[in-house]
Amino acid sequence: MNAVITASGLSKRYKNTHALDQLNFQIDSGRIVGLIGPNGAGKTTALKAILGLTDFQGQLNVLGFDPRTQRNQLMEQVCFIADVAVLPRWIRVREAVDFVANVHPRFDRAKCEAFLARTKLQPEQRVKQMSKGMIVQLHLALVMAIDARLLVLDEPTLGLDILYRKQFYQSLLEDYFDENKTIIVTTHQVEEIEHILTDLMFIRDGKIVLDADMEAIGERFAEVMVSADKAAMARQMSPLDERQVFGKSIFLFDGADRAVLEGLGEVRRPSVSDLFVATMKGTYA
Amino acid sequence: MKTFFWLVKREYWENRGGFLWAPIITGGIFLLLNIMGIIAAEVIGARHGVLANGNLNSLVAHANAGDMADVGNALDVALLSSMWLISIVMGFVVLFYCLGSLYDDRRDRSILFWKSLPISNISTVLSKVVSATVVAPVIAVIAGIVFGMLQLLIFTLVLSFHGINAWQLLLLAHPVRAVLSSLCSIPLYALFALPAVGWLMFCSAWARSKPFLWAVATPALTGLMLSWFGIMDLFNLSTSWFWSHVVLRVLISVFPGSNLALDDHNMTTYISISSRGQSPLSLIDPAQTYSELSSPNLWIGVIAGIALLAVVTWLRRTSDDS
Repeated sequence: MNAVITASGLSKRYKNTHALDQLNFQIDSGRIVGLIGPNGAGKTTALKAILGLTDFQGQLNVLGFDPRTQRNQLMEQVCFIADVAVLPRWIRVREAVDFVANVHPRFDRAKCEAFLARTKLQPEQRVKQMSKGMIVQLHLALVMAIDARLLVLDEPTLGLDILYRKQFYQSLLEDYFDENKTIIVTTHQVEEIEHILTDLMFIRDGKIVLDADMEAIGERFAEVMVSADKAAMARQMSPLDERQVFGKSIFLFDGADRAVLEGLGEVRRPSVSDLFVATMKGTYA
Repeated sequence: MKTFFWLVKREYWENRGGFLWAPIITGGIFLLLNIMGIIAAEVIGARHGVLANGNLNSLVAHANAGDMADVGNALDVALLSSMWLISIVMGFVVLFYCLGSLYDDRRDRSILFWKSLPISNISTVLSKVVSATVVAPVIAVIAGIVFGMLQLLIFTLVLSFHGINAWQLLLLAHPVRAVLSSLCSIPLYALFALPAVGWLMFCSAWARSKPFLWAVATPALTGLMLSWFGIMDLFNLSTSWFWSHVVLRVLISVFPGSNLALDDHNMTTYISISSRGQSPLSLIDPAQTYSELSSPNLWIGVIAGIALLAVVTWLRRTSDDS
């Protein structure tokens, strides 16, 4: 497997805070990586560094390029959807397609028009006349028609209703993603993407606190529903988190012995959002 | 090259209102006012019997060569007047276009979209410079020519209603010379406007908010400070030198014809032209205006403009939506 992104000692300081603090990670081709963290954890800064939109310290290699100095070559291979509000409001659908078709060497116009045909967008329609959902449809049609190797999504579905959100990720999976492409996505709506992720990266205060693929997470973390009589026993095994549901306690364990856990109660795979909440406990305190 | 063409086209799409419609609407309104003026004159004339056919014809018949030249000059003024008005409007358009060129997309965050495409910062900046110094003036000049010709045509028609052989009068005007001179003035305009374009785009790329305020207040306050403390005396230059060569130069030279006002040499020629009652066309005569190419004032401005634009490109490299 070839690395799409390699970062070592990636740091970025704003005045007196570390937005990114010595990040080391590697992302391989053909993965869908969820970069998850609380507000202000450094997600967007990390993405901006990858896209060459901001300066940083340390080493960062994206598709063999240095984003600081080789941005133009890099952007032929990388696509980016920030959030739904970044398409210029004056542009018409027709103009947007014409423009990207003529400046992007890897853009497939027919493909873009096929995507647009499935929507209600009209060629003469301006972005300012569209709903947020329609804007993201247009942006997605533009981006999916580009044969890029890396797609970066920063809160791409913020403010969309559930229909548009589902459709967004479904289109990405069905019509875009393959083993030669890599997707990095940040979002707060973790539940909606956890089934499509192959890798998970938790970031907190500019540091990566969890970096693993989904299989490893299933093996490492376990959620056990323990009845009240065994709760004390479970507490001694230093769980990550404990919560009460219907008179039973649910414990979250990191790397505990499966056989022991089975003895305590029903063992389940924790959801990413529960894992996230447990990992980020005390962030805003 | 193809990318660059589309970048310029994008600027045109975004600023169609300023680049295309502003000159057309200005020209249209000016034409309308003229027509209303003519109608008013006709009505008043008919009431008082001033413009009876015989009067005008005998006037033309008795005109000598000098009078005929004056008629030609008057027609040339008619031809150029809408162009002058459109040029002033275009100056405002270019001023605000430059101020918004690298600021608006940061404010509405669409910079994140533009920067997601494989476009170099230098092409982005250059496409905006070309839009300001070539696209906008070319459209303005073409609009000026079209409306000037319409104006001339309407005068001719009105006069022919009074039995004057208007085509003969038209021969006294110099439409070809006027058109050529106007077109020739565009490259000189681009060179002269460069420091202002550079400064305005610098403010646009650098300011976190209110680029207009920065663009105007910085040079104006500097000028005031210099006037107050008399610093310019140290360089054996008057404070008014600073005002006319820096403050006005970075703000006013986006207006076509400002080179006439801001250059002392040209100003004297201008005065001598108007006092001698020469053709108004000699004011924009390329042979006259292009003598400016020999003035260091122009080239220092060009160099300053290019230097500012280099900084602008560098600023654009790291600018994002924050």
